Amino acid sequence: MTWKQVFTSSVGKKLVMGFTGIFLILFLIVHVGLNACIWANDGGEMFNKGAHFMGANVVPRILEIGLFAGLILHIIQGLMLEASNRSKRSVKYAVSYGNDGSKWYSRSMGLLGTIILLFLILHLSNFWLPNRANQGFLLGEEINLYEKMKVEFSELWVVIVYVLGCISLGYHLAHGFQSAFKTMGVHNKKYHAMISSVGYGFSIIVPLAFALMPISFYLGWVN
Amino acid sequence: MEHYNMNLTLKVWRQKSSNEQGYFETYQVRDISSEMSFLEMFDVLNEQLIKENKEPIAFDHDCREGICGMCSMYINGKPHGPWHANTTCQLHMRAFKDGDTIVVEPWRAKAFPVIKDLVVDRTAFDRIIQAGGYISVNTGNAVDGNAIPIEKDKADAAFAAAMCIGCGACVAACKNSSAMLFLSAKVSHLSLLPQGDPERKSRVVNMVAQMDKEGFGACTNTGACEATCPKEISISNIARLNREYLTSSLTAEK
Ligand code: SF4
Ligand code: FES
Repeated sequence: MTWKQVFTSSVGKKLVMGFTGIFLILFLIVHVGLNACIWANDGGEMFNKGAHFMGANVVPRILEIGLFAGLILHIIQGLMLEASNRSKRSVKYAVSYGNDGSKWYSRSMGLLGTIILLFLILHLSNFWLPNRANQGFLLGEEINLYEKMKVEFSELWVVIVYVLGCISLGYHLAHGFQSAFKTMGVHNKKYHAMISSVGYGFSIIVPLAFALMPISFYLGWVN
Repeated sequence: MEHYNMNLTLKVWRQKSSNEQGYFETYQVRDISSEMSFLEMFDVLNEQLIKENKEPIAFDHDCREGICGMCSMYINGKPHGPWHANTTCQLHMRAFKDGDTIVVEPWRAKAFPVIKDLVVDRTAFDRIIQAGGYISVNTGNAVDGNAIPIEKDKADAAFAAAMCIGCGACVAACKNSSAMLFLSAKVSHLSLLPQGDPERKSRVVNMVAQMDKEGFGACTNTGACEATCPKEISISNIARLNREYLTSSLTAEK
């Protein structure tokens, strides 16, 4: 079977979702770790150092290309799967509890993913875009991202959108984390219990940490 | 359990043929015994319709003892009705009480088109089996069954997967109309056993290709299938199928 056959089959498409999903999860770990530096409460010194490294060093910049490739693949494949899966039942059930044994968020990955995508557009235009524009072709002065966070997160609506984005991320991960491992073929009982508890832990802790960042600025917990 | 009689309102899906629009028709049935099976209640209703010179309701059934997988009714929003790990034919009227309204629909999936009323065409499953759900055996003397040693755990897991009766409830319950629980049961059943090993790689690849061709959706691991399966086929079989598929495609010659 050719690679094309593999990746256009229903199982292959899921493999793409799973592998890119795990890759994005790894990125979240780096991202949350770096951003947690804001709580050092040193006026953003530590955080800005980290941000400078990520922007100036060549390794993270190359990885960044991979990150966007993975993200775009995950989004396009996800949306296409959602559309195709929805088209497989033309007449809807009049009464339907058939989904009883499944969690609502596992059935709503398309919706949750779309909310995260909308949030990402705001998020990237808040920070990534102006920052890269300055570091790159415009060669302006490097943006003080810590100060930028202070400004952005003084707006209540921005904080609310970020928190909603993080909640969607949490539920998206609650299903996605363990589902990715199942898709990659892990079915041994001894791993399964471990993966689902790590997955649930991850999907609570990481989005919570992210959500606390705008809240911290808004409520003046950091200065 | 005490016996009782009940009067019920039934809303049943009627559809003349696959290319005609279906609709719900409401019927009243009286004095239904709590000891009847759900299909016997339908027999009573059909007798009544015949007496009234009306077209009886077409529905699938064969063994009526939970082993053939023919009965396929979506009852009050659930495949095979409200009981856990149960087929429609083994659902008994004691699950309901006097005055209840029961909505009965066919399995709904593009890959299972309605033939008539509650009867759907499930030959897609047959074609998936034909694509690889078998083992090839040379003719000649049958080998003694016990000649091949099989680990007890594996034999048990294979047997649990082989319990699948091909009823299609997993497809009916799945939001994606995916047939992965069915397929994974078939693939697991054979690949866990030494007899299934020689054709292991081509089996999973060909069966998945056929499943996609039949127009089932892709699995997103929601777990609705496992919860509704009358034979309690475990969703871990799906992960096993994914592993089989991944290794088969990575190690394929071309
Ligand atoms: S896996 Fe269960 S629900 Fe699906 S066809 Fe087999 S017995 Fe029916
Ligand atoms: S009629 Fe055979 S399983 Fe129900």
